[in-house]
Parts: sequence; structure tokens; C-alpha cells
Amino acid sequence: MTFLSGIAASNGIAIAKAYRLVEPDLSFEQTKIDDAAQEVDRFRQAMNKSKAELEVIRDRAKIDLGEDKAAIFEAHLLVLSDPELNTPIEDKITSDHVNAESALKETADMFVMMFEQMDNEYMKERAADIRDVTKRVLSHLLGVQVVNPSMIAEEVIIVAEDLTPSDTAQLNRQFVKGFTTNIGGRTSHSAIMARSLEIPAVVGTKTATEAINNGDLVIVDGLKGEVHINPTPELVNQYRKIHDEYEVQKAEWAKLVNEPSVSSDNHHVELVANIGTPNDLKGVVANGGEGVGLYRTEFLYMGRDQLPTEDEQFEAYKAVLEGMAGKPVVVRTLDIGGDKELPYLELPKEMNPFLGFRAIRLCLEEQGIFRTQLRALLRASTYGNLKIMFPMIATLDEFRAAKAILEEEKQKLLSEGQKVADSIELGIMVEIPSTAVLADQFAKEVDFFSIGTNDLIQYTMAADRMNQRVSYLYQPYSPSILRLVKMVIDASHAEGKWTGMCGEMAGDETAIPILLGLGLDEFSMSATSILKARSLIRNLKKSDMEKLAQEVLNMQTTSQVIEAVNFATKK
Amino acid sequence: MAEKQFKVIADTGIHARPATLLVQTASKFDSEITLEYKGKKVNLKSIMGVMSLGIGQGADIKIAAEGSDAEHALSSLEETLKKESLAE
Repeated sequence: MTFLSGIAASNGIAIAKAYRLVEPDLSFEQTKIDDAAQEVDRFRQAMNKSKAELEVIRDRAKIDLGEDKAAIFEAHLLVLSDPELNTPIEDKITSDHVNAESALKETADMFVMMFEQMDNEYMKERAADIRDVTKRVLSHLLGVQVVNPSMIAEEVIIVAEDLTPSDTAQLNRQFVKGFTTNIGGRTSHSAIMARSLEIPAVVGTKTATEAINNGDLVIVDGLKGEVHINPTPELVNQYRKIHDEYEVQKAEWAKLVNEPSVSSDNHHVELVANIGTPNDLKGVVANGGEGVGLYRTEFLYMGRDQLPTEDEQFEAYKAVLEGMAGKPVVVRTLDIGGDKELPYLELPKEMNPFLGFRAIRLCLEEQGIFRTQLRALLRASTYGNLKIMFPMIATLDEFRAAKAILEEEKQKLLSEGQKVADSIELGIMVEIPSTAVLADQFAKEVDFFSIGTNDLIQYTMAADRMNQRVSYLYQPYSPSILRLVKMVIDASHAEGKWTGMCGEMAGDETAIPILLGLGLDEFSMSATSILKARSLIRNLKKSDMEKLAQEVLNMQTTSQVIEAVNFATKK
Repeated sequence: MAEKQFKVIADTGIHARPATLLVQTASKFDSEITLEYKGKKVNLKSIMGVMSLGIGQGADIKIAAEGSDAEHALSSLEETLKKESLAE
């Protein structure tokens, strides 16, 4: 038995057989063949098998993900039946007497090159479709198993280098019990996905794909961040016990669904959820969320080939506002750019996308996109308690410009006879150090702040959070970060405003005691973290945490802070 | 041989879903069907051929069909283009 350690990305214990989501070896030699007719036949068989496979995947995608997302597989199927692809391949086999593998590869490569050279981002992406289809056919020619996560039909633990959004979209939630990846951290896509699916996960193990074979029995310990491969029966039993205890603990937390989030000395805070789509509301309600602290509207714009219309957006916003039945819903306007791309916008590639043309910067420039979203939001505002916030605000001028556009659209709607809520709180994300430092001035004009810690930490530390080699600088408990957080909270309170936090830090057990002490008003986190946080806060005394916060603000290093929190909360 | 000119009005032009629909429609017929844009002619039953043209909004395109069901093919394609507000 072997053991790997990584980063605990999603709580819980999972025990199941491994399913490696790893690209198979598709290398081959170019060979001469004697019987061309037979080779053409072999090629056609591989094509037919690929088609049959894709049809199954498409049908499942239609059920699980909807027509929209299944369209990509429809396109793959068309590529497979494309006469412009098939005829040259068969001609090549017949006239050059080469094996089907090399005829396929050469022809497909030509198309890939052609699409990649087009000066249109969307077309460039089509090159990826052709590559994908080619791989599938090649795997059938070579008789190796191509990974088909959508075809999994037994309980498994997914083992992968990393999981992309399209990988996770294909996973059948009924059978995927947990996953472990080589790379990634607490804020990587795979980790966030695991928490919203409530699947235990350990990421950043570095060597999971090397150490684990298909079918190995694997334990994923998402509580400690450990992965055990082919464990002894004793260890399995031990883990079944931990699993059961964790379930009991969860049942214990579940009793707090309708309880208030108050400290032991009766200070109330709001525990709210981060969501990406109206579908996430179920989880928010089930976990006793007191509202939505961050509705990431990007998902409305992703995975499609054109901008969502005003009406489409209106329906989504209305659904969320109605679903929360009068509880606050903070909607963040479009935060695209950086690591989140929209191929159909055809934005130029940037050297430093995280420091570039993204979020509010893009919205203030491409006002058509921004105005459509604001109109949809304003129209939906009468269906619940809507608050709007702008992402990546660096200067007061940006906030004023965004607010002016919102006002203009509001007046237009009113003059068109549409209804708009009277008062909509307007806030900003605090992700950029300049804004945190100038929070006292911002506080005079905004209604609230929401601190986005993932970006605030990356910008303060000047450390790309996608870069493994500088991941040690992702230090939420660094006194430098805590001081910025304090400045923001104090600034809002001085003007009678409030501050929330919607980064990963808000749901973190070590951070919560400090944040409570600093006076944070609203904690927004994955819905699945809410009950645990509520249980923790109910056992903390705010006056004690204020002292703790004072203390850690004057410490020198992150490790000192962690030690102090552990000491203060152990009692 | 039947042929007809169209002007593309869809703001995304002819790629992705529109291209899929056209190729699916064309593939139902026996006739040889071509799509012409800026002097380049491709097989309308080929998704990659159609997408390689990179047809954008405002483009003038020509569809031509030759074979036993040419007329029927052309009217079906015209119907698809209009029903989906792709071209006029």
C-alpha cells in the first residue's frame, strides 16, 4: 500500500476503485500495407465505433447538461461524417498504401493547421474539436481505451492530472465518489467544483496519476488531504469509521439549518453562499444559507457561442431572486477576462491577463454588453432583495462611471414604463490593494464592500495563483492581508456601511475566528461550508476574538498567526 | 442545377450551430450542394468546409445544388436559413 499527501479540497471520505482520467498512449508508426481495401474497411469500422460512442455521449449530455452543451458533441459527430475528411483519408490509404493511422493523422493535421491559422478565436477553437475527434478514431484504430468519463457506470474515484470544466461536466455524479489530482489548490476549478458537488477531493498530490493504476482501491481523505492506495483491510475499516463519524457530524450540523448565526455572546453575522447558476439555490436552502453573497454571472456567458440576451439574463436573475424569497442576493456584474475567456468576444491575448483588460475594465469599454446585463438586473430587481456589485474596481472614477451607466439604464427603463425596485444597494468587490488602502474614501459612496480574497491575496503578494511554484505565497492569514481586511471593514463601519467577504477565506476555519474579531458582517462561501461555519461561530465569543484579532495584526508571520488562532480556539 | 444568393444577417455569421444545421439539412439530399463565398466554393455537406469559409455577418453567399433533388434541396436550405434568421 502507498500513501500520497496533497491539499484537502473538499471534505469527506470516499472509498472506491480508481478510474484514471488520463490520456492514453496514441503513438504509432507509419507502415506500408498490402491490402488497401481491408485497411479502408478497418478505418471505416473505427469511424463507426467512434460515432456510436459519440452518440451515447451526446444523448447523455442532452439529459445531464441540456441541448446547449450537447451541441458540441453534435458538431463532433458532423466532423466524423464529413466527406472532406473521410474521402482524402481513404484516397490516401488506397493510393499511398499507408496504414489508416497515418492517413488519418496527416489529413486531420492539415485541417487543424488550417483552422489554427484563421484570425478568429472561435475558429481556432474548432481546431481542438478536430483534434478531439481524431484522438477518438485513433484510439479505436489502435485498440486502446480512450477515456470516456461520461460512460462510467460503477462507483469510482477519478484520478487525473487536473480536471477541466468540460471534464467535470461529463462526470456522472451518481458514480463519482471522489477525486484526486496531481495539480491544483483550494481555489482551483476542480476544488471549487468538488465542494459544490459535495464530493470529497484531494488535489495537488503531484504524482497521483503515476502512483495509481486503474482499478486500484483508493481512499480519498478530503478532511486531511491524504490519498491511500490499495490500503490494508484494517485501514479501510478505520476509514469506514471516520466516514461514519463524519456523517454523524454532518447530521449534527444539519440541525443548525434554521438556527441563527450568532456568537456565544450574541453577535449576529450573516452566513451566505456563493453561487454560479440558479441550480445552485437548492444547496443554499438545504444548507441554511441566509442569502447569496456572490452570484457569479459569468456562467451565463460561458459555454456558448454568443452573448446571452437581456431576456435570458432577466429569467436567470429573477429565478435566483425569487428562489431566495426576499433574502439578500448580491449579484456580481460580468467578471470576464483573466483566466475566464469568452471565445466569441475575440479579445486579444495578453501577456498578463490577470493584470489586463478584464471585469469592470472590459465592461466600461464594451458598454453594450454591460448595459444589457444592467437592464436585465434592474428589471429583475422587483422580484426580491437585489444588491449589485462591480468586480475589480481600482479607482473611484471607475465606480462612478459604472454607477452612472446603471443610473442611465434605470431612467431609460422607467421612462419605458418598466418597474424597477426603489432602492438597490450598490457595492464593489475589494480585490485590488489600491481599493483596500483607499477604502475610507470609497465608503462614502458605495453601500457595501465585498472582499474577494483569492484575487486580493494574489495581487498583494504579487503571486499568480495558477502558478504552483509560487503557491506558498497564497497566505490568507498573513498579517499584511489581515491588515488590509481590517482597513476595509473599519472604513465601511465608520460610514455606517457593511463589509462582506466572498473569497475562499470566508469559509476557512482558521480565518473565521479572526474575521469575526475584525467585525466582518457577512461571510459568503460554498453552500456546503455554511453549517460547519455556523457551528464554529456559535462556539466563539466575539469579545475574545476581538482580542485575538488585535494580537495577530501585530504578528510577523503567517505561522505565528495560525498558532495563535489554534491556541485561542482550543480554550 | 439550382442556385440562389443570400445575405447573412445572423450577428455570429455562419459558424457553430448555424453551420451544423445547414450541413445536417444538406446531408439529407443526394444532390451535390456547394456553398460559395468570396470566390471560394466548398461542399455544403462538409462541416469543416463550411466553417473554413469564416462567413461573418453581412456576407453575400451563394448556394448551388446539382442532382435529382436539387430544387427540393435548395428550398429546404432556404427554409432553414430563414427560419433561423440566418440569412435573407
